Amino acid sequence: MKKILASVALVGAVALAMTGCATDGGSGGGGGGGGDELITVGFAQTGSESGWRSANTESLKTALSEENGFKLVFNAADNKQEAQIAAVRSFINQGVDAIVIAPITVDGWDDVLKEAKDAGIPVILEDRTVSASDDLYASWVGLDFEKEGELAGQWAVENADGSNLVVLEGTTGSSAALDRATGWSKALEGSTIKTLDSQTGDFTRDGGKKVMEGFLQKYGSDINLLFAHNDDMGLGALDAIEAAGLVPGQDIKIVTIDAVHDGMQALADGKFSFIVECNPLLGEKVADLVKKVLAGESVDKRTIVEDQTFTQDQAKEALPTRPY
Amino acid sequence: MKKILTHRLMLPIAALVALIVINTIARPSFVSVTVKGDQLYGPLIDILRNSAPLMLVSLGMMIVISTRGIDLSVGAIMAVSGAVALTIIDGSPTPNDLGTVLGAIGIAVLIGMLLGAWNGFLVAVVGVQPIIATLVLMLAGRGVALLITGGFITTINSAPYKFMAQGYVIGLPFAFFVSVAAVALVALIERRTALGVLTEAVGINPEASRLAGVRSRGIIWGAYAASGVLAGFAGILYSSNTMAADSNAAGLYIELYAILAVVLGGTSLMGGKFTVAGTVIGVFTIETLRSTILFLGVPSAVAPLFLAVAVVIVVLIQSPRLRSLVTRTAQGARPNTSEVAR
Repeated sequence: MKKILASVALVGAVALAMTGCATDGGSGGGGGGGGDELITVGFAQTGSESGWRSANTESLKTALSEENGFKLVFNAADNKQEAQIAAVRSFINQGVDAIVIAPITVDGWDDVLKEAKDAGIPVILEDRTVSASDDLYASWVGLDFEKEGELAGQWAVENADGSNLVVLEGTTGSSAALDRATGWSKALEGSTIKTLDSQTGDFTRDGGKKVMEGFLQKYGSDINLLFAHNDDMGLGALDAIEAAGLVPGQDIKIVTIDAVHDGMQALADGKFSFIVECNPLLGEKVADLVKKVLAGESVDKRTIVEDQTFTQDQAKEALPTRPY
Repeated sequence: MKKILTHRLMLPIAALVALIVINTIARPSFVSVTVKGDQLYGPLIDILRNSAPLMLVSLGMMIVISTRGIDLSVGAIMAVSGAVALTIIDGSPTPNDLGTVLGAIGIAVLIGMLLGAWNGFLVAVVGVQPIIATLVLMLAGRGVALLITGGFITTINSAPYKFMAQGYVIGLPFAFFVSVAAVALVALIERRTALGVLTEAVGINPEASRLAGVRSRGIIWGAYAASGVLAGFAGILYSSNTMAADSNAAGLYIELYAILAVVLGGTSLMGGKFTVAGTVIGVFTIETLRSTILFLGVPSAVAPLFLAVAVVIVVLIQSPRLRSLVTRTAQGARPNTSEVAR
């Protein structure tokens, strides 16, 4: 009796776990009763770790919708590499027409990409990139993180030279954090900006807030410039700065990257000083590439989407019409 | 003197004091407390405030561990409770109304309790191993939280909710009073009634205590439910700190830090005896350790290693062998007197 009860409970729990993962994909799988002309695309997303990622997911879901001639099979891997590889394998087994991947990490993709190639399914990478040889995938579309860091750094040198700087880094080892840091220091070369401290805030609000509290306790009002690798950490730091009785935007200038809605709002309110956009709206480019690749047209191996920058005034203008 | 040196809390306290001393030497401003407006401000105040979620979770973990169990799902319960509370407030027309906020908190904590009770059901009634039973919710819980927020990070503006983690009462953070209240409540219920002794009895020998007439099933069930309530409340504090329900980051790895805090405080993972004071010290030790990384300016790439090394040192200091060595040294004078007596 006990054993039966145990297995019943476990089955229930597993079912619960599966609903948790499958809900997002349900819309793609269940609604697929339409015409035969649709192109079936499997999209392996990283997860939903930030506002940027949500906007990116929305953009791809819209671009790969049935109205545009696609049938989307969506999977979010919760930022687990092995789950993402498993999702790609299942796309291959389902025999989709094309696969889109936003790779979580750079390494470990060779085998599964080769499987896709052998099955004759073209793979398009978006956002991050992979270390695997580039004949294993059709194309990559994404952003230049180093350029983003450089643009942010150039603004800092022009507008806040001679400042004492603290940096909130992204997740240690992620390509976004590494490249943004490289671009930033490249732009700062030869300037008189003095870096007091640099520490990871893991791209989260909570991380940004806690680390900024530490910085403020350590250096107090000596800090007059903050560079955060994304908006969320900058927003967390904003709380910490206000709690310390300082005025963000005046006492401490804040430069961030991403331009998600909350970040743009802070910029328009004069709390942030400058944002470099990291454009998440890659959907149309991806949809375009999928169509071209399937039609046998030749496409560029790398497409870099240009990033905009925003000052406070530009944010006020852009905010009402921004889609995310 | 000997009594002080051999007291079971001596070493945990020594470890905490050592950390504070190291920080103060590195930067004397570590112990400074200034008044900003109507609130106190300083690194130690930040530690009091930021330790509140871990404090609540660790108290629950301590109760569960003393029944010979473990609760891995606390981080996921935090994520769910934060998601529930913020979704309710976000959807309400009156986010600044105290009633709305209290209602949202009540429902979120209640859901935390239900999730804890589900763990308790699996462990106490069905007889699943605690590590497996709570692993289920640890993995599924974040999915549920993401489901509630629709995969987005829900953000709100609500003054009463913000007060939970960011407000101040008589100069001290409100979150600190929450953790003091939780410590007092747990200490009162577990130590001023027979419940604590019964919990320990279940942990030391479930079969013997059952034969002795202790209703072990109810006690184990209750322990997990209590852990769920505390984790639910921790989720409220966490989400109130940033006014955002971040289902992926809320309470991430907090189960491991809570287990560490409980063990640092001197409660055995084998179940049985537990110490509330020890857990409190364990929590402050971990929180101080985290600010040490910032204060010593440890580069982020080696910060995890630094934390690991520090924990190993603290655990080594507390090892029974080392403890008996200290005891022997403290008793150093004794053998001579006994020899004289002979």
